[in-house]
Amino acid sequence: MLHIETWKRVLIWLVIVAGLVMALPNAFYPRVERYNDAVAAGQPAEGWADYLPSNLVNLGLDLRGGAHLLAEVRVQDVYEGRMKGLWPEIRDVLRDARDSVGAIRLQDGAPDELRISIANADAMDEAVRLVQGLARPVTSLSGAGANDIEVRAEGDQLVVTLSEAEKQATDERTVRQSLEIIRRRIDEVGTREPTIQRQGSDRILIQVPGLGSASELKDIIGTTAQLTFQPVAGRANSADQAVQPGQEVLPSLDEEGVWYILEEAPVVTGEELVDAQPSFDQNGRPAVTFRFNPAGARKFGDYTGANIGSPFAIVLDDEVISAPVIQSHIPGGSGIITGNFSVEESTNLAVLLRAGALPAGLDFLEERTIGPELGADSIQAGKIACAVAFVLVLGFMWLSYGLFGFFANVALLVNVALIFGLLSAIGATLTLPGIAGIVLTIGMAVDANVLVFERIREELKTARGPARAIELGYERALSAIVDANITTFIVAVILFVMGSGPVRGFSVTLGIGIVTSVFTAIWVTRLFVVMWFERARPKTIEV
Amino acid sequence: MRLRLVPAETHIDFFKARRVTFGASVVLMILSIVCWAVMGLNFGIDFRGGTTIRTQSESAVTVGDYREAIAPLQLGDVSISEVFDPSFDANHHVAMIRIQAQEGQESVSGETVDTVLAALQEIDPTIRFTSVESVGPKVSGELIQTAFIAVGLAMAAILFYIWLRFEWQFSVGAVAALFHDVILTIGIFSALQIRFDLATIAALLTIIGYSINDTVVIFDRLRENLRKFKTMPLMEVMNLSVNETLSRTIMTSGTTLLALIALLVLGGDVIRGFVFAITWGIVVGTYSSVYVAKNIVLWLGVKRDWTKPSNTEGNQFANIDA
Repeated sequence: MLHIETWKRVLIWLVIVAGLVMALPNAFYPRVERYNDAVAAGQPAEGWADYLPSNLVNLGLDLRGGAHLLAEVRVQDVYEGRMKGLWPEIRDVLRDARDSVGAIRLQDGAPDELRISIANADAMDEAVRLVQGLARPVTSLSGAGANDIEVRAEGDQLVVTLSEAEKQATDERTVRQSLEIIRRRIDEVGTREPTIQRQGSDRILIQVPGLGSASELKDIIGTTAQLTFQPVAGRANSADQAVQPGQEVLPSLDEEGVWYILEEAPVVTGEELVDAQPSFDQNGRPAVTFRFNPAGARKFGDYTGANIGSPFAIVLDDEVISAPVIQSHIPGGSGIITGNFSVEESTNLAVLLRAGALPAGLDFLEERTIGPELGADSIQAGKIACAVAFVLVLGFMWLSYGLFGFFANVALLVNVALIFGLLSAIGATLTLPGIAGIVLTIGMAVDANVLVFERIREELKTARGPARAIELGYERALSAIVDANITTFIVAVILFVMGSGPVRGFSVTLGIGIVTSVFTAIWVTRLFVVMWFERARPKTIEV
Repeated sequence: MRLRLVPAETHIDFFKARRVTFGASVVLMILSIVCWAVMGLNFGIDFRGGTTIRTQSESAVTVGDYREAIAPLQLGDVSISEVFDPSFDANHHVAMIRIQAQEGQESVSGETVDTVLAALQEIDPTIRFTSVESVGPKVSGELIQTAFIAVGLAMAAILFYIWLRFEWQFSVGAVAALFHDVILTIGIFSALQIRFDLATIAALLTIIGYSINDTVVIFDRLRENLRKFKTMPLMEVMNLSVNETLSRTIMTSGTTLLALIALLVLGGDVIRGFVFAITWGIVVGTYSSVYVAKNIVLWLGVKRDWTKPSNTEGNQFANIDA
């Protein structure tokens, strides 16, 4: 007989109520958004009852406006730095063995290797062994047991490169650090709900709603902000000046036509900074004050103590900001960077130094800026289209199936509430194609109801009485409903896995829409029908 | 009184004109492929890299003036088109400018966009850029690859699921219908040179989802009727099944189309291409469920007899009745 157990009824009602309550905040979007902002800022929040859920559907960039960047981390950049950092260590080891190895000299080579020529080629085996002694085990799960460097002999040259396992481990670290630093920089600027995600092995997706343009975003995250303090060996007039191995020629930031010859190995780097603040120098010009951590302070102190009277360079991203002469021993570990800054530049530089340097440069593969007004227009158009689609479908259903159509219509409203409730609960993002997905769901959600109603009509011709017909209708339509929706769901899953951005947003709404529409068609409409049937006890029904 | 699009009982012979309908499908598919091969697709920047800029101004767009203003910047291939939408006010004019990917750059730099803006503001000071999107050639190559994989994967997954739930003939029929829908959709995008981008791929996958939904409902009924009427010729069982489900097919396509047409007219120009693809796909998807999928199954034949083979069949006792 037509019957639904009490516990099932209670469960269905609970789901309906839960869906409505979770969807409720979206009906008061601006109000709840203000409330959430106030809560996040720790201020007394008003305008929304705190016992009600306050999760909202996130609006995608295409609806809210904002900037989107897809960046690729130049992971190879790091190899060069690693090799440069290794040189002093290798030099010391080989110098200690000068009696057998003879004189050593650093040769030019690819950026990710060190080429060292050895005077006494017979002792190559020993040199290789010595340098190999510097190798350390790779610190990663996949590369366990491997060493970080590989040493081989090529004629009278010793070639040192990073091992594959170490390269992988380094890449992983580089991308993670970049992610962390980008996050810190964007947090420093303080925008609402940025999305910063890793994509694939070496890409980072950054979405910041409300920011004016992708170029502004690039100014904040595109700068590497590698700060180094390097000894100055001399000045040059052109970038092509021949220098000794281990030295480099870098241009001055604000003096046209001035180059400096610097030792490549830095005394201290920006990594050892603990703080940086915008300030002014004694002449009232914008500057940045900084403070080193104890290790950095000691290195800086030792170096300045030993090199009074000689110049050293403050280098930012391969440009020399300034090259002052060391006047005295600087023991405290704090200092000031002066240059031709504007106030804005010094503030920005302080932010960048505080957040830390990116370990490697970024290439931007994709940039999108969507103006907030375009987003607002899209939301407006989407709202109107949804409302009209709703009215059309509801009217059509009611005309076609009468009372049963009315039940299906109520279930459809519950369905849309459930979609919004679920989207809010999982913090999904609603995009413009996502709105299209909802409209499509409105059209398709009635399908399961239609299947059942058509089946009931057919069963009415043969079955004994309306109750039996309704029961058989639900029973026999089920396999078609399930098969049809599982195949569509497969498509939604594939879209989610393969898609990105707005397409992914669409797949989420489509997938959720399938689940909720099957639920509402099989359970909610049936519950209404059964409740009506129990009350009215009709002898005949018309579907 | 009920609104009935389809009479309560129908006895339409869907196979009467099968040569015509099936032939028409084949011809349309060939036309689509020819069109695709000859005219190609109007790929958006997602698939070929480059930059699109959406401009908004208070005075009417003159494409020629825009082109002249941008020409001195030497940006290579630039295409400009005006966008119309019923929701725009009298002083709301929109154009789309597409600039090809610049050599040696992954994505177009902010400075390039700024120079374009400055050049356009010379001729119309009210012009603003409401969106700027730039995709590098590296990503676009990958996106096109992923898109094809996604469509292929969806078809394969459905082929497998239908095979699991029905017979293999059904799954071949269903996938043939999907293939038909996808090709025809690509065909119309090529013929009308509508922009083909990532959203279009999402639309294609949605069409696949909808069309399979439709096909499965008919197959489900066919499976049921095949068990019920064991001796009826296959063609008649198919006709019966389609007739029985016809009301539902028309109702569901009807409601879905109603919703989509509302979106097509009122949803704004940004997603019009996307919605158009889905709308078109639902029309051809409904058609293909009735006229393509079924014909393939008929042509392949189905195993009709699910009863166990008789114990005596084929042995020496076969003809002896006790």
